[in-house]
Amino acid sequence: MMMNSSLKNLCKVQSGTIIEGKWHKNRYTIIKELGFGANGIVYLAQFHNQRVALKMSDNGMSITSEVNVLKSFAKVQGSSLGPSLIDVDDWTVRRQTISFYAMEYIAGPDLLTFIKQKGTGWIDVLMLQLLSDLHTLHEKGWVFGDLKPENLIVMGPPPRIRCIDVGGTTIQGRAIKEFTEFYDRGYWGLGTRKAEPTYDLFAVAMILINTAYPKRFNKSTGGVTQLQEMIRRAKPLQKYEAVIVNALHGKYQSAKEMRFDMIRNLNEPIKHAQSSYRKGSAKQPIQKSRQSQHKRKGGWLETTLIVMVISILYMIYIYGQIG
Amino acid sequence: MNPGTLKQILLITDGCSNQGEDPVAMAALAKEQGVTVNVIGVMEQDTIDEQGMKEIEGIAMSGGGVSQVVYAQSLSQTVQMVTRKAMTQTLQGVVNKELQQILGSTKTMEDLPPEQRGEVMEVVDELGENVKLEVLVLVDTSASMKHKLPTVKEALLDLSLSLNARAGNNQFGVFVFPGKKKDVEKLLDWTPQLESLTSIFPKLSTGGITPTGPAIREALSYFRKKRSLRSLLSRDDEQFFEESM
Repeated sequence: MMMNSSLKNLCKVQSGTIIEGKWHKNRYTIIKELGFGANGIVYLAQFHNQRVALKMSDNGMSITSEVNVLKSFAKVQGSSLGPSLIDVDDWTVRRQTISFYAMEYIAGPDLLTFIKQKGTGWIDVLMLQLLSDLHTLHEKGWVFGDLKPENLIVMGPPPRIRCIDVGGTTIQGRAIKEFTEFYDRGYWGLGTRKAEPTYDLFAVAMILINTAYPKRFNKSTGGVTQLQEMIRRAKPLQKYEAVIVNALHGKYQSAKEMRFDMIRNLNEPIKHAQSSYRKGSAKQPIQKSRQSQHKRKGGWLETTLIVMVISILYMIYIYGQIG
Repeated sequence: MNPGTLKQILLITDGCSNQGEDPVAMAALAKEQGVTVNVIGVMEQDTIDEQGMKEIEGIAMSGGGVSQVVYAQSLSQTVQMVTRKAMTQTLQGVVNKELQQILGSTKTMEDLPPEQRGEVMEVVDELGENVKLEVLVLVDTSASMKHKLPTVKEALLDLSLSLNARAGNNQFGVFVFPGKKKDVEKLLDWTPQLESLTSIFPKLSTGGITPTGPAIREALSYFRKKRSLRSLLSRDDEQFFEESM
């Protein structure tokens, strides 16, 4: 994606520059650039004795619109949806006005970097955290929209995933404001660009696929066929196949549902992964396969038990309803 | 507040015009008639020459629209982004006029403190979701564009996908220039869906000249024609049509 060169020049700020707000007169000292997107540049800045992230843009509309989202998130009690908002203001420089807002600085590597550093074992935990947050966000009537690894930062320790860029966050039922092709169901020919919970869950599925293909890939045939083929080709993805495909088809009505399914799906492979880790089994392929067979049998027993317990509970429930 | 129907011309080209009226003047003419002109320059590995760049920026500026130069690969994302940005810009203009009436001064949204700006933005957002939109796409089919046309088609399908996610009504029309016999040729009449492009686009032949100015003029007159046709149709007919679908 190319950015308007004028925007880049206008908002290019040297470290050490002091940004003083026109309305609230707060002073921020720029430390360094953290990154830029289609709608502005984010800087790390010093404000009194805390470090904050400062987003600037020559497009006041997009700043205002993001501030609206962050303000609405702030009303959600004890939430970790997006960074918390600190200040909104304008900065006048060279007779031009640049809108900016200051927010909590969320420090840490982005999702893919974190997984590369700490291992794929973290994928499950982080995805479950993400789905919890998405559930809260959807309950409040929003859809995140531009969900992608670059917009997911892992804070910590203890590791905690956080969404950072609310530029695409849209009220449910409207058209998605901003998206990135690879994570967009419209691009893959698998749905509309209407802001619905299923839109975000599609993106979560694509992020999972992305963990196995960090460089992403282009659309060839498009549709589920190509994506399913890519899942099958990547061994680490196979255990998620059912969940990913369901999310690609928009079968999960809520993030909670997807989360629940993911936990259920993971219970068995997690055991397997742990046992093979203990044995350092990469060098002992025969033993590993035998062991996994054994585990699979155990899994069956467990499944039958769970199904039985659930059906008994269900019968009790039905009985209660009738009575 | 009812901003009516937003009218846009979206020009997709890869270089300089070389025939007919000055496209910058034609874009200014469009603006005078309430039609915004947006321009997307499609480039190859090499960049567009300076003169082409100047023209692209000039057309968008005098047409009150947005311009962006991109590589063919990122055309889809750009087309929808430019269209949306231009929509928001126009709506902001409408809202600003309204504000000036209320506040009785030359105040615009930017002059409001950030706290109040948020509320105004919500109005703009809501309008953007519900306003009627007419986009007339003008595709340059001069020889150098030939192998970029499949990408252009993809980008236009993608555009209708993005805009049709809105609650508001959309109408698209597609013109190409140069046409087979004339400067400009109509490829697709006003339609809410662009899917039919898939069958028409591969058959396109490309020509040598680039009559950008005449193309914009023709597109403009098409907006007018549409209006007069619309007034002939009674509301009942439209409803009947919708119900019989």
